[in-house]
Amino acid sequence: MFTYASPKNFYTLAGQLIPWLAVATALLLTYGLYQSLFVAPPDYQQGESVRIIYIHVPSAWMSLFVYVNMAGAAGIGLVWNIKLAELLARASAPIGASFTLITLITGSLWGKPMWGTWWAWDARLTSELILLFLYLGFMALQAAIDDPKRAARAGALLALVGVVNIPVIHFSVQWWNTLHQPASISSISKLGAPSIHPSMLIPLLVMAVAFTLYYFTVALMRMRAEILEREKNSRWVTELVGTAR
Amino acid sequence: MSWADFFAMGGYAGYVWGAYGFAAVVLLANILGAARRRQAVLRLLHDYTKLHEADSE
Repeated sequence: MFTYASPKNFYTLAGQLIPWLAVATALLLTYGLYQSLFVAPPDYQQGESVRIIYIHVPSAWMSLFVYVNMAGAAGIGLVWNIKLAELLARASAPIGASFTLITLITGSLWGKPMWGTWWAWDARLTSELILLFLYLGFMALQAAIDDPKRAARAGALLALVGVVNIPVIHFSVQWWNTLHQPASISSISKLGAPSIHPSMLIPLLVMAVAFTLYYFTVALMRMRAEILEREKNSRWVTELVGTAR
Repeated sequence: MSWADFFAMGGYAGYVWGAYGFAAVVLLANILGAARRRQAVLRLLHDYTKLHEADSE
């Protein structure tokens, strides 16, 4: 197990894992899209516009999941000085920012026909927008500091402070009774008796798993690039570069 | 249901396909960006190594 903690071994292992993860992601996404667009029924009030939920809600889950993962990895990097954890945090930020942006844009495209507005300063919407700024701030901070160790440390502090926003996003629909509706699936323990029909629950869960696999695929791809850059003076990278072309 | 009905999305075509399309573009861009970044790093390191070799000859 610990042999993979060396950047060199991790680089090789990630290179072997990525094609399998990519295939699994593609298969699940195809199945999820089929379920979302063809199998799931139109809503009796919202009509076909309800299909936006199968992108919007899994993306929103991912925006939180990736943030917790990123902050956790950054924290581990900060405390135990583990290079791979720092690199995972760094690789996660643009993916998390992407899911947050998708959440906001698809929410807007859903809000316009259903609420009659593209945007409102509702608690859920505003806290999700703050999440986007946290991701962008983390990325900007990493890019602004040349020394990778210092960049990782500064980023970790920002990411960890930003964790307070996560419960705010989660509970915002309960704490402030504004525009956004409460969660449809509130916890894993309720999955046995959820308040939504299986024809909607299945595509939601399949898309969520597909997005999770997608996240790990792209994170590993980004980590490989980061490893090469961080280890550019090590012998194995020099040898790899010498034989690569 | 015909394909035309399917694409019309009960009158919500712009919103539904806009949402799915935007997500697809962003997710694809992430994959391309990640792949391209590793290639760029490799190319940079390769040029750097060649320069270094030319120096020491």
